[in-house]
Amino acid sequence: MAYVAVKGGERAIDAAHAWLAETRRGDAAVPELSLAQIEQQMGLAVDRVMAEGACYDRGLAALAIKQARGDLIEAAFLLRAYRTTLPRFGASLPIDSGAMRIRRRISATYKDLPGGQVLGPTFDYTHRLLDFALAGDRPVSQEPGRESPRPASLAGSQPAPAPAGIAAGLPRVTGILAQEGLMAPEAPGEAEPPDLTREPLAFPAGRPLRLQALARGDEGFLLAMGYSTQRGYGNAHPFVGEIRMGEVAVEILPPELGFAVEIGEITVTECQMVNQFAGSKTEPPQFTRGYGLVFGHGERKAMAMSLVDRALRADELGEEATAPAQCQEFVLYHCDNVEATGFVEHLKLPHYVDFQSELEKVREMRATVLREAAE
Amino acid sequence: MSAEAGYNFGYLDENTKRMIRRALLKAVAVPGHQVPFGSREMPLPYGWGTGGIQVTASVIGPDDTLKVIDQGADDTTNAVSIRRFFARVAGVATTERTGEATVIQTRHRIPETPLREGQILVYQVPMPEPLFRLEPRVAETKRMHALADYGLMHVKLYEDIARHGHVAISYNYPVMVADRYLMSPSPIPAFDNPKLHRMPALQLFGAGREKRIYAVPPYTDVRSLDFEDHPFRPVRADAPCALCGSRESYLDEVVTDDRGGRMFVCSDTDYCNTRQAAATQEAAE
Repeated sequence: MAYVAVKGGERAIDAAHAWLAETRRGDAAVPELSLAQIEQQMGLAVDRVMAEGACYDRGLAALAIKQARGDLIEAAFLLRAYRTTLPRFGASLPIDSGAMRIRRRISATYKDLPGGQVLGPTFDYTHRLLDFALAGDRPVSQEPGRESPRPASLAGSQPAPAPAGIAAGLPRVTGILAQEGLMAPEAPGEAEPPDLTREPLAFPAGRPLRLQALARGDEGFLLAMGYSTQRGYGNAHPFVGEIRMGEVAVEILPPELGFAVEIGEITVTECQMVNQFAGSKTEPPQFTRGYGLVFGHGERKAMAMSLVDRALRADELGEEATAPAQCQEFVLYHCDNVEATGFVEHLKLPHYVDFQSELEKVREMRATVLREAAE
Repeated sequence: MSAEAGYNFGYLDENTKRMIRRALLKAVAVPGHQVPFGSREMPLPYGWGTGGIQVTASVIGPDDTLKVIDQGADDTTNAVSIRRFFARVAGVATTERTGEATVIQTRHRIPETPLREGQILVYQVPMPEPLFRLEPRVAETKRMHALADYGLMHVKLYEDIARHGHVAISYNYPVMVADRYLMSPSPIPAFDNPKLHRMPALQLFGAGREKRIYAVPPYTDVRSLDFEDHPFRPVRADAPCALCGSRESYLDEVVTDDRGGRMFVCSDTDYCNTRQAAATQEAAE
């Protein structure tokens, strides 16, 4: 019997995979999606998969999305599983988001500031009315005033030119507050940052480790956690000091050369959330920072991350930690969607043996209760 | 002007407007009391003024003139967006002049120019519950409101004074409405709180995400919480407006460079422009 069941299982799995491939492709009369189409026209999905998959490669992320039929957690999982097989040559130097070539930069704390507010490509002030013009097959004409800010000399010179920013080297809002001593400074650390992908989480987790976990964390989970701090579960008085999105250079420092070499450029979104801090015995009242940084254009995630980062600093700032978002173990153990989806979905696996023992136990307990009731 | 084709006047359907108007009537009848309502999905995100937009959409008529401000200014991005929305779905006239508007939707400010009878001020409210930082459970705060049990808030103010020497709330400063309900005035600066008191205009508050509406009818007593020996004291930056010279208005701090340079200007752009125009005219005469 058991032998037959295993054989049947193998055939069933092969058949399921074939059906999956066919379902993924859908109606063969509809043209197949190319990776370039996904990368270009599903850009924010690609960004999210790179962030949660913890691997900056737009092409691979597009492939993962296609293979996963648009299931972004499944796609992040595919990308993580690939990334873990790659050799590591070393660590880059810290990126300098201050030198970012900016495509978007806004502050909610100042009406105007050096460098100005740059809205960039944002949904923020669109009215959420379905645009039925997009449903047609005709190419959507580019409206006047909506041309890309890319300089003409760059356009078309390369197959996929890097998006041009409109400003670089803008001062940070938190720096402006720091000049007045109003922003708690972050002490630069010389210690080698921990690597979550090589060493398991250990508690209490320092801030570098926490930020690393949050940067790979699930957008939905962080969103809900950040939201809860705004609704009274945690002590949040947040202001968006600054959100910036654009391109930064990645540099490595080969020991044999002794100077930094730029190996490429990545798009990142950074959010610095400014929070009131009432002060302590040793510190005067000032503002403290919640920090969010994610791959690609991931503003919702960067904002949620900065709220959660600030909430997780409750201990070091001497605040009473009572809410879920302030509990390190709660947040860090549960923010990883690849781990979470694995464990939740494992409940689909056979549990015949365990369940059989449960059955026997419940029958036995019922028998005892019923016998005692009869007596 | 005509409204957007395919949508009802003011975007909401008439049944939804009727539901919201009923909630508004109840809110006016019980000043400061939060009335739950069936908040709808709007084409702008929750937290961006959906409560205010639903209230405005329910009270506005074709003959109204709408002004929308955010942070006191007509030209802030979200104010522009909401003003355009109503111009599109209701086809109403819009204005930037406080005196000319019949309906003013606002986020975080009360205009400097005193409002008059017949005007309606619609506030966008992120968190209608004044007690939520002290008690996040909604079921519990409902009980506290029912019993007018506001000791928790008084203790919070007392603790602030004991620790800092003064109340450490600078915006969204809690108020008592008609000596009965504790109310969040929405995140307006405490500087604006005195304007709530006995205002001739009708004040409506809409919280879309939290699905609550409340109101302050004209000429209602609204008092900021304080103690006899620590009276309520609103603060503003100690400077004149760099553009119009006002020493009475609430000021925005504008950073002018990254070497500590900054200037102060009126947050109420209509008030500031009007004063500048008057000064120019005076100089010309």
